[in-house]
Amino acid sequence: MAAVVPATGTPPPMARRDARVSHGRTVALGVAACAALALGGWFAPKWLTFLITMAAANGLVSLGIVGLMRGGVVPFGQGMMLAIGGYTAALVFNQLGFTDALGLALGGGVAAALVAAPFAPLLARYRGIFFAMLTLALSMVTYGLLMKLDMLGGSDGFNVSRPTLFGMALPDAHAGYILYLLAVVLATVMSLLARVYFDSTRGLVTLAVRENELRVEYLGGSVRQAMTVNFILAAFCGGMGGALAVLALGHIEPNFSFWTTSGEFVFVAILGGWQSVAAVFVASTVLEVVRSFSSAYFPNTWQLALGLFLLFVIRFLPRGIGSLWMRGPTQ
Amino acid sequence: MDAGADAVSFVLEAKGLQKRFGAVVAAADIDIGITAGERVSLIGSNGAGKTTFVNMITGYLKPDEGRITLSGRDITRLDPRAITRLGVARSFQIPQLYGDLTVLDNMLVATACHAQRLSFWQPARRPGAIAQADALLERFRLVEHRERRVAELPGGVRKLLDIAMALTAAPKLLLLDEPTSGVSAEEKFPMMDTIMAALGQEKGTTVLFVEHDMDIVERHADRVIAFYAGRIIADDVPAVALAADDVRRYVTGELLQE
Repeated sequence: MAAVVPATGTPPPMARRDARVSHGRTVALGVAACAALALGGWFAPKWLTFLITMAAANGLVSLGIVGLMRGGVVPFGQGMMLAIGGYTAALVFNQLGFTDALGLALGGGVAAALVAAPFAPLLARYRGIFFAMLTLALSMVTYGLLMKLDMLGGSDGFNVSRPTLFGMALPDAHAGYILYLLAVVLATVMSLLARVYFDSTRGLVTLAVRENELRVEYLGGSVRQAMTVNFILAAFCGGMGGALAVLALGHIEPNFSFWTTSGEFVFVAILGGWQSVAAVFVASTVLEVVRSFSSAYFPNTWQLALGLFLLFVIRFLPRGIGSLWMRGPTQ
Repeated sequence: MDAGADAVSFVLEAKGLQKRFGAVVAAADIDIGITAGERVSLIGSNGAGKTTFVNMITGYLKPDEGRITLSGRDITRLDPRAITRLGVARSFQIPQLYGDLTVLDNMLVATACHAQRLSFWQPARRPGAIAQADALLERFRLVEHRERRVAELPGGVRKLLDIAMALTAAPKLLLLDEPTSGVSAEEKFPMMDTIMAALGQEKGTTVLFVEHDMDIVERHADRVIAFYAGRIIADDVPAVALAADDVRRYVTGELLQE
């Protein structure tokens, strides 16, 4: 690029601070949060570590949705990515005998990204309700296929045994905690990577796409490329979340790709907002807590509590929980 | 002079451009050659074909017939992004900005978009990009607004930012679509002076600007191209073009229409 003015010279002090402080602070906060959760998990009851494991797995799917929301589109079919990641991990585990939890989680993400790649350029042409409906349609086609395929367990799905980690079997007493640790570490790493990505030049252009696609093209940027990349990254996050969920649950079934599952991920993404990556996991944990307690105490109306909570957030925090500690679109 | 020699000598050349929207003729036999460094004003009443011409150059509209070349390269069928990457930038009559972002972030979006390859990890707010953005903001006297959200800014400031963003890639050809429209009469001249002073620091950038204020045209243009009903009715230095009967009749309204 031919610069109008030389990019050399001493940048203003403000400029130097902008780039360094933001990432250094984010990494420090992320590592501190991860360490605190690891320590807290050791003393926490099993039901709570399981709940947070599921919140981390589901939060990863919603993190991908947030990446797309920053570009102005909301997918209603990320359950498909969850299912692809989950089924891939489960099949690799059962059929190929590869049982490493980290490898399965990464493999789930890669599989979902590979499946999403051919659809991404097509979906990148659509916006608004059309994008949402197309992603929903894809997820429901996947759901239908999974229901009909007996080799994948049909509507009942199938079970997955306890995984290993780095070649070691997980002891009975601590298996849940180790999976919890893995989920928390992966969620932290993905959150930090997401933050770096959101703050990058590509991340800023994604924000610009949401506001004014025409100008992005007239500035020489590619809107379709930005949306394609975001969709594939969201698929990776979804697939990884699916694999982690399967390992924690020990079971997979077609409901992973059902539209109500996709709706929950959108719910979490809206609840968290698109400014803060940490807020996505906070929102995911809130959903799991509300779901668990509501189904225990008023099983037939827990969706009502969830709906009221979402209404409250939309009314008073239209930019999500993250807006409580994030000031502007790019801060 | 043969066609090949013409193509080399002009930064922008349009030959035989035709564009119709149903029964409306938006461009008819448009032949224009613009040389490097010229400041050209496009004038004409509403619907005369100025913006259609700008939109055809920037790839937003495709001509029904004719050919457009940029430094000898055919750009007639290219899309806006490809044309931008070849060195054509534009501002808009209604500024096309990112209202939810700050002024600085708008500039950084422009810088990022011009990059050959977008980075997944290089911070948008990195010192080099910020220094470049600050230098342009300084030239357009926008530094005081640097951290303000664009949605909060007055119209004139938005116009300046719109143009500053177009300049981030040091274009060969800059098209300004009514840079002073929507700005109060007393602000127009200082604003256009700011724009032209900022553009004056660009080496070799050719500028085409659509303008309705003839005082501004006389003051800032080297050449005037007047449009009427999709045709060019005058193409000369301002003193001559603005004095032409057709221009006085159809553009400035100084002569009663026959």
